Amino acid sequence: MHLPVLPVLLPFFAAVFILFPWFNMRLNAQRVVAQGFLLLLLGLTVYLFVEVLNHGPQAYAMGDWQAPFGIFLVADLMSASMLVLTSVLALATHLYGCAGEDTKGRFFHPLYMFQLMGLNGAFLTADAFNLFVFFEILLIASYSLLIHGGGRERTRAAQHYVLFNLIGSAFFLIALAVLYRAFGTLNIPDMAARAAQLPAESLPLAEAGGLLLMVVFGIKSALLPLHFWLPKTYSNTSIPVAALFAVMTKVGIYSLWRIHSVVFGPDAGAVAGIGMNALAWLSGGTLAAGIIGVLASQSLRWLIANLIIISVGTLLVSVSLGTESGIAAGLYYTLHSTLMCGAFFLLAGLITLQRGQAEDRFVRSRPLLYPVISGLLYALVAMALIGLPPFSGFIGKVFILQAAYDSGDALWVWPLVLVSGLAALIALSRAGTTIFWRTQGTVLTEARERISPLHLLSAGLLTAMTVVLVVAAGPLTEWSMQAASELRAGLTVQQINDQIPGGVR
Amino acid sequence: MELVYSVTVGIMVTCSVFLMLRGHTFAIVMGLTLMSYAVNLFLFASGGLVLNQPAILAEGAEYSDPLPQALVLTAIVIGFAMTAFALILAIRARADLGNDQVDGKATSSDILADKDHEGQLRQHPDKATGGKHK
Repeated sequence: MHLPVLPVLLPFFAAVFILFPWFNMRLNAQRVVAQGFLLLLLGLTVYLFVEVLNHGPQAYAMGDWQAPFGIFLVADLMSASMLVLTSVLALATHLYGCAGEDTKGRFFHPLYMFQLMGLNGAFLTADAFNLFVFFEILLIASYSLLIHGGGRERTRAAQHYVLFNLIGSAFFLIALAVLYRAFGTLNIPDMAARAAQLPAESLPLAEAGGLLLMVVFGIKSALLPLHFWLPKTYSNTSIPVAALFAVMTKVGIYSLWRIHSVVFGPDAGAVAGIGMNALAWLSGGTLAAGIIGVLASQSLRWLIANLIIISVGTLLVSVSLGTESGIAAGLYYTLHSTLMCGAFFLLAGLITLQRGQAEDRFVRSRPLLYPVISGLLYALVAMALIGLPPFSGFIGKVFILQAAYDSGDALWVWPLVLVSGLAALIALSRAGTTIFWRTQGTVLTEARERISPLHLLSAGLLTAMTVVLVVAAGPLTEWSMQAASELRAGLTVQQINDQIPGGVR
Repeated sequence: MELVYSVTVGIMVTCSVFLMLRGHTFAIVMGLTLMSYAVNLFLFASGGLVLNQPAILAEGAEYSDPLPQALVLTAIVIGFAMTAFALILAIRARADLGNDQVDGKATSSDILADKDHEGQLRQHPDKATGGKHK
C-alpha cells in the first residue's frame, strides 16, 4: 500500500505540474488545477484517516528498506487527523488566495503546494532526520510565501523570521547529532525503544539533545522567550498566507508530542520527562505574554497573532501535563484553534477590504459594506476563540481543564487558561465595537468590486468549522483519546517491518 | 585528533556567534554560513572519528559509520539553499528598507557613511524606494 506517502507526493506533483511553462500566463488555469489538487488531497487524507481508524497505524518504508535502517512514514490516528486538518485549512485559505491575492506576486500556487508537502511530510515521518528535512521544506516555502506581494514591512518581518529560523535549523542539526551519538539511531520508534536502556555514559548526551530539540520546537511553536518573531511576521504577511500559517506553530507542538511525549515519555527510564518542568513554566509565561499582547493590540491582525500565542500557550500547557489525557485534549484544541485562527485571519482580510484607509486598525472609520454577514462571522469566530459555550473553544478548553485537574495541575493551569479567555473576551468585544459600531462617513462602494464571492465563501467555510467541531465533538474527542493512547503505545520496529511487503522479518 | 577537531568546531562556532550578534545582515549571513560549516563538522563527528576504515560493516573490522556522512551531505545541500535564500533576502531588504540593518533602522554611522558618498549616492535609497511599496 502506497497510501501513507501520497499526501507528500500529491502536493509535490501538483507544484511541479503548475510550474510547467504553459501555466505561466494562465492564472485561472493555475487556480483551477490547484483547487482540484487540494480537493483531491482532502479526499485522500480523509480516506487515510478512515483507513487508519479501521485498520490501525500504517507504515510505509521508502524503498522497502527494513526498519530501523530505512526511512519510514507512519500514519497513525494523530498524524492522519493533522493531515485532514491541514487539508481543510489549505483548501479554504487557498480559495481566499484565488480571489485576487495571487495576482500580487508570482508562483503563489506552486509555493502553496510545496508548503503543504513540507507540512504533510513533517506530520507523517517517523525519522528524526527526515523530520528536519521536511521542516526545511516547509520553512523555505514559508519564507517565500511570507514575502509574497512584497513591501517594506513584509520584507523586514521576513528577514527576522528567516534569520531566526536558520539559527533554529542549526540547533536542530546539533541536537540530532547529539541524539544520534546517544541513541545510535534516529528512527523515532527505535529511539523510544532504546531510551529506557541507555548506558549511563550516554545519558547526559541524550538529555542535552532532548533539551536542544525542545528549544528548536519552541522556536517553531512560539514558546515564551522565542515567540517575539510571531506577531510581526503573522500580522504583516498576506491574508491567506497568515491563515495557512495558523497550522505552522502546531507543527512544533506536534513534534513535541512525537519526541518529548513518546521518546522521552514516562517509559524512558532515566530520561523520562526531561524539560517538562521548564516547559510548564515557559508555557505559563507564553500564556501571560499572549494575554498582555491581546490586551495591547492596536489592529485586528496583530490581535489575531496574539490570540495564536495564547492558543499555543494553552497547547504547550497541555503538553507539559505529560499525561495521555493532556495529549488528547491538546489534539482537539489544535483542531479548534487552527481552524478558528485561520478563519479569523480570512475575516480580518474581508473587513480590511471594506474599511479602506483605516485597514484593520482600531480607529473610527467607515461603516462596513456587508455589516450583517461580517458581524455574524465575527461573532461566531470570537465566541469560539474566547471559549464561550456552545462553540468548539468551550469544549476544547473544558477538555484541557479536565486533563489538568486529573493530573493535579489545576492550581496553576485553571487560572491562566480562564484569565486568557477573559482577556480575549475584553479585547475582542472592544475590537468588534470599534469595527462595527464606531463608524462615520459613507460606505466604501469600491469594496463591492474588490470583494468577490470567494472571499465570503472561504471565510464562511472556515468559520462554519466551529459548528462542525461542536456537532462532531463526541466522536472527535473519542478519536483524540484513541490517538493519544496510540501515540503513547507507539509502533515497534517489529510492527513496522511486518507491514513491509518485501521486508525481512 | 578529537581535540584538534573539537577545537576547530569550537572556534568556528565562536566566530559565527560573534558575527551573528552584529546588526548588519551581511555579517549575519556570514555568521550563518560559518555556523552551518561548524554544524556539518559536528554532525560528521557524531558517528565517532575513525581513520582508514571501510564505510560498510565488514567481518570483525572496525568501520566508519556511514549514516552521519549521509546526514552531512543532506545538511550541506539544505544549508546551501538556505544561505542563498538569506542572501537574496538581505539584498532585497537593502533595497526595500534603504539600509542593511537587521531591524531596518539606519544608525547614525550609516547616515554619515551615506553623506560621505553623496557624490555617487544622490538620494538616500530610503526615499528613492519609499513611495513605491505601500
